Amino acid sequence: MAAKLILSMDGVVIREYPLNKERMTIGRKAHNDIVIDNLAVSGEHAAVVTILHDSFLEDLDSTNGLEVNGVPTKKHFLQNNDLIEIGKYKLKYINDQAGQTNAADFEKTMVLRAPVKQAAPAAAKGDATASFMRTQANVDAAQAAGAAEKTGKFDARPPVAPVAPVAPAAPVSKPAAGPAAAPTPQAAVVQILTGPNAGKELELVKNLTTLGKPGVQVAVLTRRPHGHFITHVEGASHPMVNGVTLGDQPHQLNDHDVIELAGVKMEFYFKG
Amino acid sequence: MKVEDAIEIVSQTHPGMVRSHNEDSVAQDAACGLVVLADGMGGYNAGEVASGIAVSVVATEICQRLQGTSPTERDETTGDELGVLLLRDNIRKANASIFEAAQSQPQYAGMGTTIVSGLFYDNRAVVGHVGDSRMYRLRGETLETVTRDHSLLQEQIDGGMISIEDARLSKNKNLVTRAVGIDAEVEPEIHVHDVQVGDIYLLCSDGLNDMVEDEDIQSTLYAMQSNLTLAAEQLIQMANDNGGRDNVSVILVKVKGEFAVPRGWLANLFNWFKK
Repeated sequence: MAAKLILSMDGVVIREYPLNKERMTIGRKAHNDIVIDNLAVSGEHAAVVTILHDSFLEDLDSTNGLEVNGVPTKKHFLQNNDLIEIGKYKLKYINDQAGQTNAADFEKTMVLRAPVKQAAPAAAKGDATASFMRTQANVDAAQAAGAAEKTGKFDARPPVAPVAPVAPAAPVSKPAAGPAAAPTPQAAVVQILTGPNAGKELELVKNLTTLGKPGVQVAVLTRRPHGHFITHVEGASHPMVNGVTLGDQPHQLNDHDVIELAGVKMEFYFKG
Repeated sequence: MKVEDAIEIVSQTHPGMVRSHNEDSVAQDAACGLVVLADGMGGYNAGEVASGIAVSVVATEICQRLQGTSPTERDETTGDELGVLLLRDNIRKANASIFEAAQSQPQYAGMGTTIVSGLFYDNRAVVGHVGDSRMYRLRGETLETVTRDHSLLQEQIDGGMISIEDARLSKNKNLVTRAVGIDAEVEPEIHVHDVQVGDIYLLCSDGLNDMVEDEDIQSTLYAMQSNLTLAAEQLIQMANDNGGRDNVSVILVKVKGEFAVPRGWLANLFNWFKK
């Protein structure tokens, strides 16, 4: 399933355009891939360059410019559901990951390589390769011969014929930002109970918070999807939680646990 | 100090939360100061085979050759140091072995692997890599990448098509432009870096850096630098907590002391007596 642009005006869908070419132009004149016949639209207004699973929008020095999600822009790396506005017209960019069936295959590391070499008897051929070769030529025109000749990619999953072409325009379903996908646990705080810093609060906003003095005793508080953990890192004595000395393994913290580390007591609790 | 006393090495590999088998391979040999990590690709178990060949060829060949020979010796024809030469030649050798196996056995057709390897000697690290497996360095509080990926995304970043911030959003993360074993020949990228006492080097497969932000890698290495095993466990755990969509492997190398090769007539004399 290729990524696509959905053209609409005043909430009425006019047409869908699959992004099945490396470069698609948007403009008033008839030779554009996406023709918007309106005087507010320049002859060649904008272009969408698609490289495999990523698409980039570019303003071609149009008279009236364009906006993406309400922000005037010259160049933009399109993300799913972005709304491009040209005058009264809207183009919605759809690169839907949920519609993918073979997510895992797309995530596999693959090689971009030369189909001409004898090493690639079953290299991806046809439209996919051809269009991708052009893409590559543009992307790394500066590359030396060896690197520049790469083209098709292979997806080495099948048993015997190991090389299956993957249409370059197909959107991939790797989550855009893996790290952001993880749920964040409830906000938590450590309050120091004894010593010169008594009363101070430390909000656990990072995934990893260090407690203690290097060279003396160090423990880290790690924030994981299912809770907060304390782990002993260095020092002769291990930290204590509610009076019990911890081992080497991470220990999950509960609301109002009292941690004792290098002679300082502190309380862990969830906020709100 | 001998290199094996000067560096501490810890490695760990995990299949992740999604994949059923682990196509990564790691090897370490403190005696010759070598670490190798490879991330294989290919159907069925071909990925494991490719990364396994790469790691074992590079590790065994280099360590064998360095028995009784110093990596600082210079090759007479090329003028290159033996350490540099060994790393380059053996990555090529691994390439030839994998390519040959892939050509001769249909179930291995098309298999390949990335590789990143570090050879530590004489207060330096020779780093060779192919593909998108990385080496990072933590020096002081700063984490930097030592290698630059051979990937489509990196080329797009270099070409100014996409900013580093936007690169996180790219869906083309998994396309490498160079790999070991895919073609009859490969050009490994080799650089020599000076090391300092206190440096921590991290070699990892993309299962780590795709799932964990550099900022979190930095804070983990910095906070846990006194306990490398814990740091390695924590890195893998973070990748898995974030989804663990790929195999994840890490090798950590900590420089604990100087390991300069003795020089001068006195050292030569000493070495001569040792023989």
